[in-house]
Amino acid sequence: MIKIKKLHKSWKDFSLKNINLEVKNKEYFVILGPTGAGKTLLLETIVGFYSPDSGEIWIDGENVTNFPPEKRKIGFVYQDYMLFPHMTVKENVEFGLKMHGIPPVERKKAVNEALELTGLMHLRDRFPNTLSGGEQQKTALARALVIKPKILLLDEPLSALDINTQKKMRKELKRIHEELKITTIHVTHNQVEAFTLADRLAVMKNGTIVQVGKPKEVFHKPKDDFIARFVGFENLFKGKIVENRNGIARIDIGGIIIEAVTEKTGECTVGVRPDDIIISKSLFKSSMRNMLKGKITEFVDMGSLVSLTVNVDNTVFTALITRRSFLEMMLTKGSEVFLLFKASAVHVI
Amino acid sequence: MKVDRFSLLFLFIGLFLVAFVCITLGNMFYEQMMDIPTFISVVKEPVVINAILVSVSATTWSTLIAFFLGVPLAYFLARNDFWGKNLIEGILDIPMMIPHIIAGIALFAVFNSSGVIGAPLKTLGIIFQDDFPGVVVAMLFMSFPYLVNTAREGFKTVDPRLENVARSLGASHWKAFLKITFPLAFPSIFNGMLQCWARGISEFSAVLILAYFPRSAPILIYEWFTTFGLAVSRPISVLLILICLSIFALLRLLKWKRQ
Repeated sequence: MIKIKKLHKSWKDFSLKNINLEVKNKEYFVILGPTGAGKTLLLETIVGFYSPDSGEIWIDGENVTNFPPEKRKIGFVYQDYMLFPHMTVKENVEFGLKMHGIPPVERKKAVNEALELTGLMHLRDRFPNTLSGGEQQKTALARALVIKPKILLLDEPLSALDINTQKKMRKELKRIHEELKITTIHVTHNQVEAFTLADRLAVMKNGTIVQVGKPKEVFHKPKDDFIARFVGFENLFKGKIVENRNGIARIDIGGIIIEAVTEKTGECTVGVRPDDIIISKSLFKSSMRNMLKGKITEFVDMGSLVSLTVNVDNTVFTALITRRSFLEMMLTKGSEVFLLFKASAVHVI
Repeated sequence: MKVDRFSLLFLFIGLFLVAFVCITLGNMFYEQMMDIPTFISVVKEPVVINAILVSVSATTWSTLIAFFLGVPLAYFLARNDFWGKNLIEGILDIPMMIPHIIAGIALFAVFNSSGVIGAPLKTLGIIFQDDFPGVVVAMLFMSFPYLVNTAREGFKTVDPRLENVARSLGASHWKAFLKITFPLAFPSIFNGMLQCWARGISEFSAVLILAYFPRSAPILIYEWFTTFGLAVSRPISVLLILICLSIFALLRLLKWKRQ
């Protein structure tokens, strides 16, 4: 288990402020945040590349705040892998074992196991510059895992890979974690990565942790506007609850009334995900409480999906529709459409 | 290789410099080839062999000293930003900027037998004035900036995060340096050592002032040129160039094989 208590760290013009975090044993914990939130600095402080200005880092009941990195037994994988370019795949993987003074016979066995686990056996004698991004990533992972670390820290491990390789590597990370059950902290700015991999996650903003919870909690019940926007609530409006009856609130957002499931009253922010909105050319009977009529002002073809910008009485919504539906409904700029979404799809902050 | 007209123009302009070197040295070799007996008789002279040995051993010593003192400094400068860093880097460049004769006089003032450093070390039996250590010191002063600057640029090309990873894998700071950073920066350090060695062996003015004796090759060449003329001083010059080129070729070959 890793515990971070009241950690502060300033570096150049940036600082981590009062970080308190607890990651359970065998947990896959994701730190999600935009570029510049301080995610990498936090990982580098946990592993010991930087000393905190104040605060403590505890691993398995031991205060490691003042330990040098080589005494912490933490595996670290950088975004751009940082493989040793003058060593082969095998030598890269073997490096940590040599540093720990493991005898050659055991070393060979452990290296082979790590190479088998990551599917790199056939590349063992290749140099990093001859490997693909995915292969380099697996080598970096094997190198970090072979020392049997107490904790594995992954710094944006998939961001330098193409989309297909990212998908494969996500599965690989999941499989390896299920197999080895190493406590893992993975930082990313990618929501899909966070949602797919995390047992729990934390959202970071400007050097602070703003929300911790299970992925569903964070994605569906963000604590503030920033988190909501960051996890995909593209439709965010300031509003006022004008009526609340039996937990169903009527909210005025610039003259439009929408209904939401909430106990709140007064001023609020309302969020709706674009993928929770259904587009129709005519009204139909449904259980959805929100039905708004608007005009398409813009659309962006994203391949299998089309993103629509719809103006509803001067309030602009974004909605997603499949490309097939878009073509079948013969939608274009200026088309009048209905936006339908459930009251439970409206998140009130 | 296809070269466009623009590049060809630049190549044409630049070839004047190549021709400058080739004509100057080629002429010297050609003239000497026309007089092989003098070359053989001169290079067999014990005083010539001794001067070459002094030059080669002194510059090797100065390069080794520059390596042991300069590599840590280069690493420190490459890895750290601090107030006054530019000043330190500027100070290190001074030996390259000042006239060598002035450097020689400055060195003499400090390292002569009654100088600030020369006097106390003399009591320990280390004499610089007109002695071998003086040749080494003069060469070191004039040549170490080449090693420090090249090594520093080499260290800058090695991502510090490689060391970080090595440390997370259990390497101490020392081991991370020796196993990761140093080997990766070594090609630059090696180039710096070659430049340092070459600069040392060619040093004349500073050595002349501090340690005329034991005579190093450039001093002997100068002495013979002023006493006997071109015909006698040229063979030892050709020999020195041949030795330098052979050593460079050998070291480059070793480096190439290693890579």
